[in-house]
Amino acid sequence: MKKYSISIRPFGVHAVLLEWPNEVDEAILEDILQFNAYLKADCLNTEDWEMVPAYNSLMLIQRNKRINFEPFKSQLGIWYGQKDNTLKSPKHLWRLPVCYDLDFGIDLEEVSELLGKSIPEVISMHTSYEFRVFGIGFLPGFMYLGGLPATLEVPRRSEPRQKVIKGSVGLAGKQTGIYPQESPGGWNIIGNCSVPIFDAQRDNPCFVNVGDKIQFYAISRAEYKLHKIEGEVGIYQFEKIKLDA
Amino acid sequence: MLKVLKSGFYTTLQDAGRFGYRDKGVPISGVMDINVVKKANDLLENDVMASVLEITMTGPTLEFETDTYIVLAGAKMSATLNNEPISNYKTYKINAGDILSYGRLTKGFRGYLAIKDGFNVKGVLGSQSQFYPITSSGCLRDKDEIPYIERNTFASKISELKVDCLLEEIVLEVTQGPEYGLLENNHLEALFFKEFSVAKEYSRMGYQFEKKINKHQISMLTSATMPGTVQLTPSGKLIVLMKDGQTTGGYPRILQLSDKAISILAQKKFGDSVSFKMV
Repeated sequence: MKKYSISIRPFGVHAVLLEWPNEVDEAILEDILQFNAYLKADCLNTEDWEMVPAYNSLMLIQRNKRINFEPFKSQLGIWYGQKDNTLKSPKHLWRLPVCYDLDFGIDLEEVSELLGKSIPEVISMHTSYEFRVFGIGFLPGFMYLGGLPATLEVPRRSEPRQKVIKGSVGLAGKQTGIYPQESPGGWNIIGNCSVPIFDAQRDNPCFVNVGDKIQFYAISRAEYKLHKIEGEVGIYQFEKIKLDA
Repeated sequence: MLKVLKSGFYTTLQDAGRFGYRDKGVPISGVMDINVVKKANDLLENDVMASVLEITMTGPTLEFETDTYIVLAGAKMSATLNNEPISNYKTYKINAGDILSYGRLTKGFRGYLAIKDGFNVKGVLGSQSQFYPITSSGCLRDKDEIPYIERNTFASKISELKVDCLLEEIVLEVTQGPEYGLLENNHLEALFFKEFSVAKEYSRMGYQFEKKINKHQISMLTSATMPGTVQLTPSGKLIVLMKDGQTTGGYPRILQLSDKAISILAQKKFGDSVSFKMV
């Protein structure tokens, strides 16, 4: 894999922002994640550092100390040069159950009209793609998913809703995703994911990592109820498949 | 236990925050005005970031069930202990049954109650800081009880501090954010030659201002943000992210507040003015 020309800049005195070329590109994301994995494994102590990757950037945040920028920048340049490109950051494909009943998919009829496709066709398309997680943020456990085909693009709603329920699965522009908690929101809601992507009571509150893939599959109302209970008591078994990077 | 008789307007338990989960979208949280909390904890010879109550605008009424020592800090909120006025940055011995209550806010916006050894609450994801839905409740409610460890003796080295607190300051020192270079001259003039008055939209998540600066069409990919990051929306609105602010965002990050500037802004309320100064 090629090395990119990356920019390294201070962001306040406690953080440094590393930026790759300004594109949504799986190869760039992979390079960022490899470097992040190398930094965590061999270079920076994660007791003192947080790393936040998203799309074409990686932010390194030091817990308390001020960063002495110039020497740190040179060191990062050296580390980036040394990074082992055969080092694979482990990734998974998560299969997530979604109930597309109209009770949950409150905008599904409207979306089907906008796209000129039947509701079963919309569901079939939404469940047939694997979406790459390009970032996690905005809300705890909110995944920025890439890879939505143009045939599923619908505009954001003109008026955002004051309240979108937890687990709602939405479409907006080039994006699809799940609201991990109740929040205001302007996406078109087409279903509800019955299982908690984010749970603060787990040691690892969100097992999905940036770089993983998500694929949705349709479930019935009865299955939804079952998963919901399993999720609440913490016994739901998430379906995951290990990916070769 | 500390019994919450009346919770006040918005009182939360806070410590240094929840470090290590920002890549999962979890804000750091923690005290808004670190500057004064460190001093209060110093007086009590606590860990610098032992947990404290952050008391917003209108204070609570609290009953201590066991002996301990406390220090108040931050905003001036006319606090009384058993109806006797008490001051900030001074160690007070608390006896079982004592009642701490608050009166009128006279300066600043967030007061703090630090207690010997901090509160003894089991944290979530490594922090006691309240942030819904990471913690089951976002703030204290009437009748809540907060555990602390009884202390009958404490020989403090210093019992009172003269604190140069920043309640009067209005200048926020900033450095360039990642998208600063994309701004045009008219943005820069508006940013640095005007004062900004805090709008009604301000909270632990972020502060907005009444005045807008020029519109822009800068587009960027979503990327990480931090407390103190100043975002510029396409309509020209400034948003300063604070401790409960989102961990990523898609608006240009034009400035970054210093730690001191975050503490200064944390004490501002609706209508207060601030200005930005590049350092």
